[in-house]
Amino acid sequence: MRVRTSENPLAALAALAGVLIAASVALIFFYVPTDADQGFSQRIFYIHVPIALTAYAFFGWGAWKALRHLWKREPGADLESYVAIHQGVIFGSLTLLTGSLWAKISWGHWWLWSESQLVLFLVLFLFYGAYFMLRYSVEPGPARANMCAVYAVFGVVLIPISFLAIRLANQLIHPVVFTLQGPQMAGSMFVTFCVSLAAMLTLAATLFHVELAGKRIDSRLRELRELLA
Amino acid sequence: MILGVTPAEKYVAAAYGIVFLVVLVYVLIIALKLGRLERELDELTGVVRERREAEQEQREEVPVG
Repeated sequence: MRVRTSENPLAALAALAGVLIAASVALIFFYVPTDADQGFSQRIFYIHVPIALTAYAFFGWGAWKALRHLWKREPGADLESYVAIHQGVIFGSLTLLTGSLWAKISWGHWWLWSESQLVLFLVLFLFYGAYFMLRYSVEPGPARANMCAVYAVFGVVLIPISFLAIRLANQLIHPVVFTLQGPQMAGSMFVTFCVSLAAMLTLAATLFHVELAGKRIDSRLRELRELLA
Repeated sequence: MILGVTPAEKYVAAAYGIVFLVVLVYVLIIALKLGRLERELDELTGVVRERREAEQEQREEVPVG
């Protein structure tokens, strides 16, 4: 069976993600120069930062959909908010894992409690991790959707705090690459970073839509089962 | 250094490997879920088919006129 990408946007998105991932891996390992300060380990930057930004994007998207649910009663917004937060937690755990590996090789520590950027990201991650405890402790229905939406909207406050913490903190072990003066890196490094970010966002969008489609089919099947009972 | 691999290279490989592994596990979970959905759909299709057949049999049994 042949699948036409023009008729299936998800297949087109997945194909684009594949191309961008291949391009970013090629750029990271065969094009970009090795960093003068950190050496080869700086290559973790090209996966760690896009993953962290993707996690922030998912938490933000989850909060936006939660707001749409509360404000406009948009059908399906609760499910979209849930899937976005689920993806955000997956990307958040990857941020913590890749960050710890980078920290160990660069600073000699797996984790530093004195770094507010790290601690605030962990708080954000745990906050959204607790979202699932709330969701699965309440019976499905409008009350659960409203409670989860309020929780998701509150969590969005932590995103700018976590993002700006490094710029406001005095301890600067965690590197600051993007400042008001622009990206503090060579042009080739910035291009590689942009391709990696595009690859990660496209992959994330693909996974989001695949999970959302699965959840929608699941919900319709449950409805059909109830109708046939 | 083991087999010419520096510690930095090991950590970079670990970081990229973890991401690859998580995406792979995620795809596996989705594949398992799709399998479950397909089984459920087959089951529901079977229920609808059985009902339709039963309805047709009932129709044939009813005398006309």
